[in-house]
Amino acid sequence: MVGRRLWQIPGGIHPEEHKSRSNTTEIQQGLIPSRLVLPLQQHLGAAAEPIVTVGTHVLKGQLIAQPKGYVSCPVHAPTSGTITAIDEQPVHHPSGIEGTCITLEPDQKDEWIEHHGQPTFWELERSDLLSLIQESGIAGLGGAGFPTRVKLNPSSETPIQTLLINGVECEPYITADDRLMRERADAIVLGSYIMAYLVQPEEIIFATEDNKPEAAEALSDAIDRIKAHPLTHHDRLSTLSVSIAVVPTKYPSGGEKQIIQIITGKEVRSGAIPADVGVVCQNVGTAYAVERAVCHGEPLISRITTFTGEGLYKPGNYEVLLGTPIEEMYDQVAVREHRIKRLIMGGPMMGFTLKSARVPIVKTTNCIIAATADEFPEPPPELPCIRCGACADACPVQLLPQQLYWYSKTHNFEQAQHHNLFDCIECGACAYVCPSNIPLVQYYRFAKGEIKAIELENHKADHSRERFEARQARLEKEQQEKEAKRKERARKAAEAQKAKAAKKAAQEAEKEAEKAADKESNTAAAAGTATSDGTNRSSTTEKNLSEKSLEQLETAFNKAQKKWKDARKALTEQEKKGSDHIEAYRNKVDKLKAKMDAAKEALNQHGSAATQTAEATDITALIIAAAQARTDVTKAEKALRQFNDQKKSESDASSDPLSDPSSAPSKEALEAQLAQAQEQAATLHQQLTAAKEAAKATDETDN
Amino acid sequence: MSTGLFALLALLGLAALFGAILGFAAVRFKVDADPVVDQIDSILPQTQCGQCGFPGCRPYAESIAGGDTHNKCPPGGEQVIQELSELLGRDVLPLDEEHGEVSDVKKVAYIREDECIGCTKCIQACPVDAILGAAKQMHTVIVDECTGCDLCVEPCPVDCIDMLPIPETQQSWHWEKPTGVTHSPKGRDNLIPVQNL
Repeated sequence: MVGRRLWQIPGGIHPEEHKSRSNTTEIQQGLIPSRLVLPLQQHLGAAAEPIVTVGTHVLKGQLIAQPKGYVSCPVHAPTSGTITAIDEQPVHHPSGIEGTCITLEPDQKDEWIEHHGQPTFWELERSDLLSLIQESGIAGLGGAGFPTRVKLNPSSETPIQTLLINGVECEPYITADDRLMRERADAIVLGSYIMAYLVQPEEIIFATEDNKPEAAEALSDAIDRIKAHPLTHHDRLSTLSVSIAVVPTKYPSGGEKQIIQIITGKEVRSGAIPADVGVVCQNVGTAYAVERAVCHGEPLISRITTFTGEGLYKPGNYEVLLGTPIEEMYDQVAVREHRIKRLIMGGPMMGFTLKSARVPIVKTTNCIIAATADEFPEPPPELPCIRCGACADACPVQLLPQQLYWYSKTHNFEQAQHHNLFDCIECGACAYVCPSNIPLVQYYRFAKGEIKAIELENHKADHSRERFEARQARLEKEQQEKEAKRKERARKAAEAQKAKAAKKAAQEAEKEAEKAADKESNTAAAAGTATSDGTNRSSTTEKNLSEKSLEQLETAFNKAQKKWKDARKALTEQEKKGSDHIEAYRNKVDKLKAKMDAAKEALNQHGSAATQTAEATDITALIIAAAQARTDVTKAEKALRQFNDQKKSESDASSDPLSDPSSAPSKEALEAQLAQAQEQAATLHQQLTAAKEAAKATDETDN
Repeated sequence: MSTGLFALLALLGLAALFGAILGFAAVRFKVDADPVVDQIDSILPQTQCGQCGFPGCRPYAESIAGGDTHNKCPPGGEQVIQELSELLGRDVLPLDEEHGEVSDVKKVAYIREDECIGCTKCIQACPVDAILGAAKQMHTVIVDECTGCDLCVEPCPVDCIDMLPIPETQQSWHWEKPTGVTHSPKGRDNLIPVQNL
């Protein structure tokens, strides 16, 4: 204890302590209030999940909310009673935003659930002991509320050398740890041994400040007494060295990283945890809670809280049930309600103003200050920074508060982060020394909040971008699939169409073949001759054609008549025989009769047309000739165009089908041929008109 | 004469040598710079709301890279304009009011499920697939995925979609910026005046 080497932390301040107001009286038991409000989030990490419903009767120490995830803590009923609500209530948060709480109405019987301690805890498996601590709902009671099980189970590769029990309690007004060390040192020391059993350090160091000599003495006595405890002779603990370190009073020596630096000289670098330098640091209150849980089987259902400030008559430390609304304590601590200007949870440096007196005491509540207007008057107006640098001298983590202030003020968050804004422990030392009354810490808190919000937003934006891109890709894929399907369908349809067309073409070809002879002999051939031979002969050809077709028609009629007669003969024979196929024969006869009639009709028509038209041209042949003439006109025009376009191209002109096939195509004859073609076209056009008129006349007469 | 020629040749030789080295280095150690479209896209808020007139943030980023004005993003507001101006070396412009006004309150869509007829129109409109449902089944919004873009409100035939402000939680809350030098100490009641200790 004497001669232990201590290190210095940079900066720090010596504010007025105001501790004597509350540390002169013994810890008093808080009364069971008329209702308990238990927030599901009393610790760092995920909120607990309620496992009780409204109306359930619970016993003291009964589990009412279970942890959700590894970094979480369960909640137990602080006394026996009935669950009356699970809803939103004002909680310990500077924003005043309500949180989910379980409301318990005590029955004042304070009836314990069946529980038993494990005084011989060293007989338990290490993992069982750890889960016992977790199931007891113990979170760091120093103020941050980090689940103790996680801290006692370090995953760091560095072996733990030191278990540091932090009883420094450097913030003004707060005396809860002081009184606890003075009055319950034995339990604290035993609790520390339990934790040492878990983390296997080489030494336990109890750290306290030189403004609490009674506490140091009590601890020292307790350490002497525990030597008789069988535990200390356990294999795992026999070589353990236990000592007390009394550090000079200075704020903020009690910060975890600060006290480690003072005691061991090791600095926990930015972003690291104490276990990385081989230290586990626990608050004395936590050590006490571990002792209650392990040796007595009592979960964390109460804590020592300092009630102080000018606004109450009976300042002191009270062991209050968790969930006790502050206003429920007013009577016991004799609050002068009309005098209270503000109610502060935590210390004056790092605490926050409560917006409601209904806020309950939670696991992390070490102090409640009911302050009068004189005690904490309105903050003086902020003045411009004079760049005095006092803040940098006071900063315990060697930041540049002034730079951080400018960056935070001008929203230059990137620079603020470069200046290690997130290493700021928000101790308030800089604001305390600032001669311009600049609320520096609030600037940092604002900047930290903004940065976190921006990060969250960026994260969300990235997520949205991913989803948007995924959707786009999906839509595109769907579109492509649709397109592919459509193409497939189109291809199939085209194939079917092709097959159909081929079939049709085949059928048509057959028909064509059938008709080929007829056609060749009459119309097409006639027309062909007409065009090739020229206009002069066309009328004669048409005459010939009409004679020819007349002959053909007569032959057809005769043939049909003969067939019909034969068929009729056959039918009569069959009728005589009484054959079964008589119907078929009759049909055949009818069909042949119809054919014959048609042939007769055609013959008559042809005959009449031939007589009626003066030039005696067959009407069908005439129309065909007219059509051919039209084609010839076009062809002639085309030839003319082609010739005009490329005079040299003789082959084009000569191969043109409009020119007389008999006349040999030659360069010299080209002009003459063209003229002839033009002439031909003109005559054909005349012929066409004449033919059309003739056709019209025929139609009229027919009608 | 020959000295001058020699000097000239030596310099030319050196120039060619260093030119070759530089050319090789330029190819061999080429740094793939982040294409400007990606950089712009990373600044845009990704609400995919289409208020800029483009179907999503990326198309607008492409348009900005192609010379379009960078003040058409109401969800991004002043900050996005500022960042884009810095990135692109353009002047900071005021937000183009034509495309909407900046809203401080973040909102998410909420479907009044009793009234939903299951038409799937909002599902098709949602740019980030944040609406869950099927034809003739009730739809609902996945709040965590909703960007508050408003695009689902218009297509709803029964007007059962509300845009509700996101309530502030203990997690989303953070300390306000102190009012500063020129202001009265009003609104600073949350501060603890440590100097008075």
